[in-house]
Amino acid sequence: MIEAVGPIKRKFAPWNDPTLKPFIRFENVTKRFGDFTAVDNLTLDIYEREFFALLGPSGCGKTTLMRMLAGFEQPTEGRILLDGKDLSGIPPYKRPANMMFQSYALFPHMTVEGNIAFGLKQEGMDTADINTRVAEMLELVKLEKFAKRRPHQLSGGQRQRVALARSLAKRPKVLLLDEPLGALDKKLREETQFELMDIQVELGMTFLIVTHDQEEAMTVSDRIAVMNHGVIAQIGTASEIYEQPASRYVADFVGDINLIDGTVSAVENGVATLRCAGVDATIQAETGKGEVAVGAEAGFAIRPEKVHISLEAPPAGAPNVLAGEVWDIGYLGDISVYRVRLAGGSIVKATVANLTRMVERPITWEDKVFLTWPADAGVLLLK
Amino acid sequence: MNKTTSWFNVTSLVVGFAFLYVPILILVVYSFNASKLVTIWGGFSTRWYVELVHDQAIMDAAWVTMRVGILSASFATVLGTMAALVLDRYRKFHGRALFSGMVYAPLVMPEVITGLSLLLLFVAIGFDRGFWAVVIAHTTLTMCFVAVVVQSRLVTLDRSLEEAALDLGCPPVKTFFLITLPLILPGVVAGWMLAFTLSLDDLVIASFSTGPGATTLPIKIYSMVRLGVTPEINAISTILISVIAVGVIVASVLSHRSQVEKEKAERAVFLGG
Ligand SMILES: Nc1ncnc2c1ncn2[C@@H]1O[C@H](COP(=O)(O)OP(=O)(O)OP(=O)(O)O)[C@@H](O)[C@H]1O
Ligand SMILES: [Mg+2]
Repeated sequence: MIEAVGPIKRKFAPWNDPTLKPFIRFENVTKRFGDFTAVDNLTLDIYEREFFALLGPSGCGKTTLMRMLAGFEQPTEGRILLDGKDLSGIPPYKRPANMMFQSYALFPHMTVEGNIAFGLKQEGMDTADINTRVAEMLELVKLEKFAKRRPHQLSGGQRQRVALARSLAKRPKVLLLDEPLGALDKKLREETQFELMDIQVELGMTFLIVTHDQEEAMTVSDRIAVMNHGVIAQIGTASEIYEQPASRYVADFVGDINLIDGTVSAVENGVATLRCAGVDATIQAETGKGEVAVGAEAGFAIRPEKVHISLEAPPAGAPNVLAGEVWDIGYLGDISVYRVRLAGGSIVKATVANLTRMVERPITWEDKVFLTWPADAGVLLLK
Repeated sequence: MNKTTSWFNVTSLVVGFAFLYVPILILVVYSFNASKLVTIWGGFSTRWYVELVHDQAIMDAAWVTMRVGILSASFATVLGTMAALVLDRYRKFHGRALFSGMVYAPLVMPEVITGLSLLLLFVAIGFDRGFWAVVIAHTTLTMCFVAVVVQSRLVTLDRSLEEAALDLGCPPVKTFFLITLPLILPGVVAGWMLAFTLSLDDLVIASFSTGPGATTLPIKIYSMVRLGVTPEINAISTILISVIAVGVIVASVLSHRSQVEKEKAERAVFLGG
């Protein structure tokens, strides 16, 4: 199933093509509820056929953004364009976007079938076609046996799948999915993720998905926007966000990260030297695009899987070495997480893949260890 | 619950219910009295009910009352539902407090005042008093009751259901009939029942707005009583009481059921996560 979509996805990068126009465009959109600003001067371009994910903590404005696109809320300022056309003044029932509600919003007085067929009936589709499409959708979400049930006779996960099927049934140009898979178990969720990706590619739809599950966002989407308090902290592909976080907030929010604070003591050939007094170490990192001044406060961010842990001391005076003591080991099956306590008391995490079947690991509690990493493994984050 | 029933509780219960229902019970019992004298029991008989059917004046009054009740309850249901929708939906319009106060005011307004002001209105605009005047007057009286019942149902309605329908391409008016109305229907029916029973037993407002040929049953009974209480009156009153009791019971069962449904749905959502 992964192979089916893999090759298509890899070449897909319309955001890098300056000749292409965005399909959905939020232009300086602000939304205020009273004096509370839920979305703050946000500009966002989403391209046709893109699978776009919104990631962010609870209450950061993800649902509000979707509701504005669906037409249930009007932007206080700014405008939203779809395919070049300003959407303001177009009522929800005339917009070519369907939304899957975070609360499902299933019609309690209709059966599962009736719910899924509802949008198709509004389109004036033939009964025969409606029946085929409904059957297709029921099969997709694996609810064939529940077609005649009412929503209150279903489990939470089943209801979520009905909501998904209902929003998909019309094959809208734009599908808005507000946490579509949160109530499903891991296996069903992964299957549905791949089904969604297949459908999206096959039917050429544009998907906007909200999820709290980073792994899900990374799996399904072409690009991810990380939001914070109504603004976008960073937009990029999964690997850009993960490997080159633009800020401490993004680095901390996406995945696991070690953050080491220090002061820039020298900048030479695009490499900054960071003096980290707290942990008694000297760290070198690429400065990236931004200007880095000597004396600036900065943080060094490195993912645990890029940290190498060893019992042997590296040559004296070498940079990018942290010495510490193994404080805790977490065995997770495929990997082990070592929490190493440095001289200053701070903890740095390092993960090691468990490549061999061994009950006894060579590195164990209270061992003196050295943490090292390649020169380009971490990023410098200015304050 | 307190298992030990104290004598005090039992006594107050008995006295209270006796106070409420003994007069009605006596009326019902004497409607089956064979004797023509209201105060003397002469054995069981249904002759007064048979006589009722042959009393053309009473049958006419009953027919007027039915038609007034059905028409005014239907108008009141439409208007009351619309008022409830406005009050529920447009939470922040100018003068909302005034509007909702004005919708609910007739609930507590003395009927004499309502009747008198309607009478003045009919006279002022030259509207003939009679059947339609009673219908309009009863619509005015009962629509606020409908508004209250429907609004309590609307409060429990999840707005996102309507949004979902709109989102799936259903225009607002159609959404009202396909989604909103079926979901608030128990409230609407209960409101109709309530309006109907209120219209059936109203004397004051009807007598202000009635005219020739539009004598309702309560007016008829009242005028008959002034000439003395007859067993026939007991019989017609018993029928009226039964109809109203059925109406009130149906209305309360409907609102109770919607309450239970709501709780069930909430429990389901809670369990479903
Ligand atoms: N109708 C409203 N009136 C007032 N405040 C609102 C309204 N709708 C949303 N908000 C506020 O706007 C903020 C953003 O809400 P939103 O629903 O977009 O969050 P979210 O990112 O979807 O969160 P979650 O992940 O929990 O679903 C929240 O602080 C919320 O309280
Ligand atoms: Mg949300």
